[in-house]
Amino acid sequence: MRQGEGMITVERLTRKYGSFTAVDDISFVCQPGRVTGFLGPNGAGKTTTMRVMVGLTPPTSGQVTIGGHHYHDIPNPGRHVGVLLDASAQHAGRTGREILELGARTMGLPASRVDEMLELVSLTPTEAKRRLRNYSLGMKQRLGIAHALLGDPSVLILDEPANGLDPAGIRWMRGLLKGYAERGGTVLLSSHLLHEVEQIADEMILIGHGRIVAQGDKKSLLAGAASGAASFVTALDNEALTKALEAKGIGVSAAGEGLRVETETVEIGRTALESGIVLTDLRAADGGLEDLFLELTSQTQREAVAS
Amino acid sequence: MTAATLDVSGTTATPFQRLVRVELRKSYDTRAGFWLLATIGLLVLAAEVIAVSVTAAQDEPMSFGDFVGTAAFLTSFLLPVLGIMLVTTEWSQRSAMVTFSLEPRRPLVIAAKALVGVLLTLATVVFSIVVGFVANLAYGLFQGDTDWTFGWPDFFAFLITQVLAMLGGFALAALLLNTAAAIVVFFVYKWVLPGLLALGGALMGWFETLRPWIDFQSSQAAIWDWSTSGEEWAQLVVSAIVWLVVPLTIGIWRVLRAEVK
Repeated sequence: MRQGEGMITVERLTRKYGSFTAVDDISFVCQPGRVTGFLGPNGAGKTTTMRVMVGLTPPTSGQVTIGGHHYHDIPNPGRHVGVLLDASAQHAGRTGREILELGARTMGLPASRVDEMLELVSLTPTEAKRRLRNYSLGMKQRLGIAHALLGDPSVLILDEPANGLDPAGIRWMRGLLKGYAERGGTVLLSSHLLHEVEQIADEMILIGHGRIVAQGDKKSLLAGAASGAASFVTALDNEALTKALEAKGIGVSAAGEGLRVETETVEIGRTALESGIVLTDLRAADGGLEDLFLELTSQTQREAVAS
Repeated sequence: MTAATLDVSGTTATPFQRLVRVELRKSYDTRAGFWLLATIGLLVLAAEVIAVSVTAAQDEPMSFGDFVGTAAFLTSFLLPVLGIMLVTTEWSQRSAMVTFSLEPRRPLVIAAKALVGVLLTLATVVFSIVVGFVANLAYGLFQGDTDWTFGWPDFFAFLITQVLAMLGGFALAALLLNTAAAIVVFFVYKWVLPGLLALGGALMGWFETLRPWIDFQSSQAAIWDWSTSGEEWAQLVVSAIVWLVVPLTIGIWRVLRAEVK
């Protein structure tokens, strides 16, 4: 673990509500220059953890520091930490522009910053003049991201930012956050959808029932989760490839137009090279991580039914 | 390996006056807020127009102070609603999440809101006096003679009682964090309670001796009279502790500790 490098450092954090433990002794770090995905089913403790980070919920025990400070001790925190916890948690009667205006004034920023941010998130002047109650969820998310970026912070904490965005919006956000991290920013974003996080995050933290069940960079997580690693492959001559792989004692089964092979991609590539077979598609089956994630989700669902 | 740090040495904490300006802006930048303030102004105007026409027509003697008192009667109902809205809007609209993320020093936010309430009360009082002045002039035009009885003591009594009324709403709002509940409780306390206390006093002798000490509405008469009785001021202080300081303290304690959802 590279605990020492963390910009956001969560240390043995626990939050209880009566007898219910929402967050159970979790520790992790988010590093600068990377997008950290915080993944878990609804009710796993993601939001509670993020709320503790910005001082809206007091922890039962443990602590969170951001850049070595408790959130409460950061002067004018909007200039350092951009926060989006709930895009709907704004006065429904204010216009989008007015919401940004209030944020900019609180942080002591020039009014021009509001226009810059509106442009960045592609809210038109007409849309910015509409009241929040007339916004779609996607527009609220864009406004929320604009609000989080107002103070040009070096840390971003975003709870389910892709929620309600259309596919184009999700792609836009992915580009925005990747660029932000490449410039040295620290990004923590949560999601309950694996594919959403998978595409954007460099690091992943999987949480279920208030506990961290897996964490690490995406590659090692995928490799670790896939104890019996599997890949999907399609070749010009699938039959020949099947033979060559089976000759090595590797399990092969048909999957759609291609094959599912019980080994890592590198081994398939080598076999194809040796046998002079042309591959048209080769990728790792990320089944392990998805299985793990689904297991978490289904456990939660079962419990919800039971209780 | 060194830990990643945020260099906050170049950032100054958000100055209080900036918080006050933002809170002031929040009080009128929504339709609800704008119309509450506009309603206060329009009702004061309407009441004075009615007061002038009725009293002039009926040859009722009126003074400058009487006209201001008419406005004061009205604003003592509306300013508490203003005090309530300043606090509860953040909770019902859940914007407190953003407010307290941008300024985690919650006592400063509450203080800024209270100060905005006082500033708007001051503006209302000045407006009422100006309107009362014009009303008295108009009355003089109809009646021929004008009575300008309204001195600095009246002005300060007006201001203080209105600030207390506004803070009464503010305190209940902080305690209940719910607009409807705070308004209902405030009007029960303002309308129903004095009657109940009087009834209790009439029925039970011992209660009659206790009553002045817990009846915040009647004890405020000491401010209007600029009473020279130490006991009356003591009663004002004690009843203010019961109805203002206690709910405000518990309310602030609650807001400071509350999980903002």
